[in-house]
Amino acid sequence: MEASIVVIQLLNGLQLGILLFLLSAGLTLTFGIMDFVNLAHGALYMLGAFFCATLTIRTGSFLMAVALAVPLTALAGYILERLVVQHLYHRDHLDHVLATFGLILCIDTIVHLIWGPEGIAIPLPAFLNTQITLPGQIIFPTYKLLIITTGLIAAAGLYVLVNHTRVGMLIRAGASNRTMVGALGVDISTLFAGVFALGAALAGLAGMLIAPITEASIGMGSDIIITTFVVIIIGGIGSMKGAFIAALIIGLIDTFGRSFLDELFALFMTSDAAETAAPAVSAMLIYILMAIILAFRPQGLFPPLQR
Amino acid sequence: MTESTTRSRTATGISLVLIAGLAAVPLGLYFAGNAFWLDIFTRLVILAIAACGLNLILGLGGLVSFGHAAYIGLGAYAVGVPAYHATYGGMDALASYNGFVHLGITLVVCAAFALITGMISLRTRGVNFIMITMAFGQMMFYAIVSIETYGGDDGLTIDLRSEFPLVNLDNPVTLYAVCYLSLLALVYMLHRIRHSRFGLTLQGTKFNEERMRALGVDCHKYQLTAFVLSGVICGYAGFLLGNFTTFISPEMMDWTRSGEIMFMVILGGAATLWGPVIGATVFIILEFFLSEITVYWHLPFGLLLIFSVLFLKGGISGALQQRFNRSTSPRAPLSGE
Repeated sequence: MEASIVVIQLLNGLQLGILLFLLSAGLTLTFGIMDFVNLAHGALYMLGAFFCATLTIRTGSFLMAVALAVPLTALAGYILERLVVQHLYHRDHLDHVLATFGLILCIDTIVHLIWGPEGIAIPLPAFLNTQITLPGQIIFPTYKLLIITTGLIAAAGLYVLVNHTRVGMLIRAGASNRTMVGALGVDISTLFAGVFALGAALAGLAGMLIAPITEASIGMGSDIIITTFVVIIIGGIGSMKGAFIAALIIGLIDTFGRSFLDELFALFMTSDAAETAAPAVSAMLIYILMAIILAFRPQGLFPPLQR
Repeated sequence: MTESTTRSRTATGISLVLIAGLAAVPLGLYFAGNAFWLDIFTRLVILAIAACGLNLILGLGGLVSFGHAAYIGLGAYAVGVPAYHATYGGMDALASYNGFVHLGITLVVCAAFALITGMISLRTRGVNFIMITMAFGQMMFYAIVSIETYGGDDGLTIDLRSEFPLVNLDNPVTLYAVCYLSLLALVYMLHRIRHSRFGLTLQGTKFNEERMRALGVDCHKYQLTAFVLSGVICGYAGFLLGNFTTFISPEMMDWTRSGEIMFMVILGGAATLWGPVIGATVFIILEFFLSEITVYWHLPFGLLLIFSVLFLKGGISGALQQRFNRSTSPRAPLSGE
């Protein structure tokens, strides 16, 4: 196995991990602060991709489309929160799960109504649709590097927002004791809606970033939401740091499992058996990892102090 | 008349209507020449069995498991895989058309899967439990998708249904009778479990686990037993579903299927014996009529789900009960308000 392939897969894994972090950050924020389980988070990821697809076609510029689609997804999240989600905060988790499952059905159908059943491809601008040569003669798509960079910038921005601003202070205070924050005169309802919209924007951004590679399609959210759950379970639900580390672990393990597991298996079984077993095991790999981690740490790697 | 006798009379009334209706309506329509409705009702009864199975852990145990479609899939593949090998060769130890072999595999595989995943997921509570059961369910989904021998994504056609002595599942009326009687037997069993020591303890852990533990009850043992039993019941539903559709695919174990079964339970009313059956009935019939009207039927369906969560506490049976109580004893306190 060549070193360059390992580096390429490392970058691919990193790209998947960054994407998963953008998704899990919003999910873990809404859970940490509002104690709310949002199955429809994947639907916002899908909405972001579709907004971006339409805007790219209308404006002719992918970057412009992303800049417009992020606030648009945040707005969609805000509307969703005001219409449905805010009535669920005082309910139990079962109600959250069911109502947001209903939301998925609705949003998927609305997307189907507006954009039709087919997926929409997003054309990349010429300067992004290139390959870059990294040190060591490693050729890698420029756009994937852009995803990694954008994701890291978003992660850094989120870190600063949560840890070093007044809004972030309110968010952290809300996560440790929301009743007390409300009693201190903070408008909890607006704070919650804002956090939900922020999570929606991050999920939407993830959808926009991946759509030029995979295309925007109905159901893209339902597929990735479970992986996102695995990330925040491993990281510890409600923990931002945990989500970041777990997202990278999952991204890397999933990518490496899919690329190298058959070679690994071929070391101790016939190549036929390895070719049959490897896809099945690599599909299950992240869940097996989750099971092992939970067997030792039921609360995840970095459980938040409260709760 | 006291409130509790009113309630038990309402419950008896509901159960009699369901028992009679589920037998008379499909068979009546079938013999009147509407064979199509028998198919709808067979699917309905099979999903009602799955919903009852889920309700054992959800309604009695208060544990929100979101991965039960996996057991339906496992049950269906327990029919499909042996039949596949019996037709096309390979894996001689597994190859069989015998229904008892299929049932045995369903039982063993589902119990083992439930035992292993249950031991891990029951270490957690609340949201973690929901997400973990979901993840394990999706793990099975991806595992089946990636096994190309059995069709992977495209699914697998079952060439011959499970063979039993005297009972021919190829006859749609016989198949329906088997499903219907299975449902009745299951509901009776759940009725007995509900009032048994096991069932009462399980309900105790739902209301206050710490207090039960203080009483010296090993809650984990009870919950794990219920989890395994519930998985096996859903596996049995999958076994019936495989024999009914004769085409199985990983799609039937996708997590959104688990969501649908859970919707049935909640729609009907998780706290009641017949709730899941009512829920499955309303779900399937609604699905049928809405999808006749428009291809976009998921939209009204999703809205209905959201509204029933927001406004219909206790599901349909809860609403029926309240309505009945209100008309007989206006000043009686209403449950759930």
